[in-house]
Amino acid sequence: MQTVDVLIIGGGPAGLAAAVELHKKGIRNILIFEREKQLGGILRQCIHDGFGLTRFKTTLSGPEYAGRFIDEVNALGIPYKTDTTVYHVSENHEVTAVSPEGLTKIKAKAIVFAMGCRERTHGALQIPGERPAGVYTAGVAQAYLNLFNRKIGKEVVILGSGDIGLIMARRLTLEGIKVKAVYELMSVPSGLPRNIRQCLEDFDIPLYLSHTVTDIKGDKRVEEITVQKVDEHLKPIPGTEEHIPCDTLILSVGLIPENELSLDAGITLDGRTRGAIVDEYFQTDHKGFFAAGNVLHVHDLVDFVSLEAENLADSVAEYITNGDLPECNLSVSYDKNINHVLPQKISGTKDVVFSLRVSHPLKDCVLKVMQNGNCLVEKKMKKTLPAEMIHISVPASKMETSGSLEVCVQ
Amino acid sequence: MTKELTCIICPNGCPLTIQLDNDNKVVSVEGFTCVKGKNYAIQEMTEPQRTVSSSVLVKNGELPLVSVRLTKPVPKTRLFDVMSEIRKITVQAPVQSGTVLIHNILGYDSDLIATKSIASH
Repeated sequence: MQTVDVLIIGGGPAGLAAAVELHKKGIRNILIFEREKQLGGILRQCIHDGFGLTRFKTTLSGPEYAGRFIDEVNALGIPYKTDTTVYHVSENHEVTAVSPEGLTKIKAKAIVFAMGCRERTHGALQIPGERPAGVYTAGVAQAYLNLFNRKIGKEVVILGSGDIGLIMARRLTLEGIKVKAVYELMSVPSGLPRNIRQCLEDFDIPLYLSHTVTDIKGDKRVEEITVQKVDEHLKPIPGTEEHIPCDTLILSVGLIPENELSLDAGITLDGRTRGAIVDEYFQTDHKGFFAAGNVLHVHDLVDFVSLEAENLADSVAEYITNGDLPECNLSVSYDKNINHVLPQKISGTKDVVFSLRVSHPLKDCVLKVMQNGNCLVEKKMKKTLPAEMIHISVPASKMETSGSLEVCVQ
Repeated sequence: MTKELTCIICPNGCPLTIQLDNDNKVVSVEGFTCVKGKNYAIQEMTEPQRTVSSSVLVKNGELPLVSVRLTKPVPKTRLFDVMSEIRKITVQAPVQSGTVLIHNILGYDSDLIATKSIASH
């Protein structure tokens, strides 16, 4: 059986950044498996710009951002196999993949999960009504339009205000397709404010908050949908039904880290992030298995995915060199204003950057990291939204090596 | 008059508050956290500008489309005119990322460039 030091599953932004950083750290016996025909992951179809502002100080489209890493992978001669789908990862570090060449089995000292995330689908929403053609997730609509040159419909309604849905509203409008409205179940948009501005307001596309789709009508193709207002418990309010003729319904209702392979390997997931529970080395609860990027938690910006994957790569390099990593026994908890915090375990002996999202919009508040009754660091925030990922650094010098940490907002 | 808008320059999306006088001239801008935000607010009140990302048909390519974008923003009122220009052209594979496909689109100091490399079929 072929063996490598590090096998990276997924050739999107996380996998590419991890590979380049590993190579720079002197770890050369690595391999990337990518299921698509090309490297780049979801960025291949994200043709809008706005990527790379943090990392490259310039605004790039998705393919250009990915291109910078792909060029580096090629220049460094990092081996990768496209058209190769991993379908099993065992607890003893054996990976089974299929490709046009057949079945491949490979053993790796360290396995990096960089599979990204997938979209929540029509089925998961349990919308009553018929099941005609013309219902797409935003990412699928984006692939049809941007990669395969397919027109997805003439009159579109979007359910969910996730960023991909907003980006698609603008893209469809520019292509001459009518976007009638965006409906959002929650009382706040889930996408970034700048996308509300430049994708909806610029084109006078109305956004209805606290609304949802309660019926789909259509024989072969969508003909009409019904929307309703929802109450504070998110239940549709009777009598508020509105019928909207359209031939297409796009769903932008959330992303789910794609962790079937992690579960295969017996790795424990966090109920909130739906990604692995990791320590400050991005190591999961199984030694030698690491995760970063959207497979770990859904990010708002790809720049942070790259950064996280590079931090992961530094740990993986240390793991390969030393054969182990220090124990992380301090747990991290958080209060009700926070949806999740990463990493979930730390050592207390190393500088750490926590990534988190709040659970609801907050104004004029202070984010604090506490340990043994002491406030280690705090960060004043004028306003913050669940749509934004927040980072807060805690230097090792401020931490004690015993006592769990709590992240809270006051 | 007071106007509120969200800065679109970067993902921070700073909330901007703009004071205008009776001639709709900008008197003051608040809420920005960098100079780009302040400039955006003034630009937005005088002549709003946007970039465009789209795609162009490719002949004989491994994919039917190459993604494209403008190198600089153009007046927001001309977005659909830009789209018409983009629709007029097709390119022959191979295409190299960064290649200028339309120079000075609609006479503006902005080029349409390919943002992806497409190999020939």
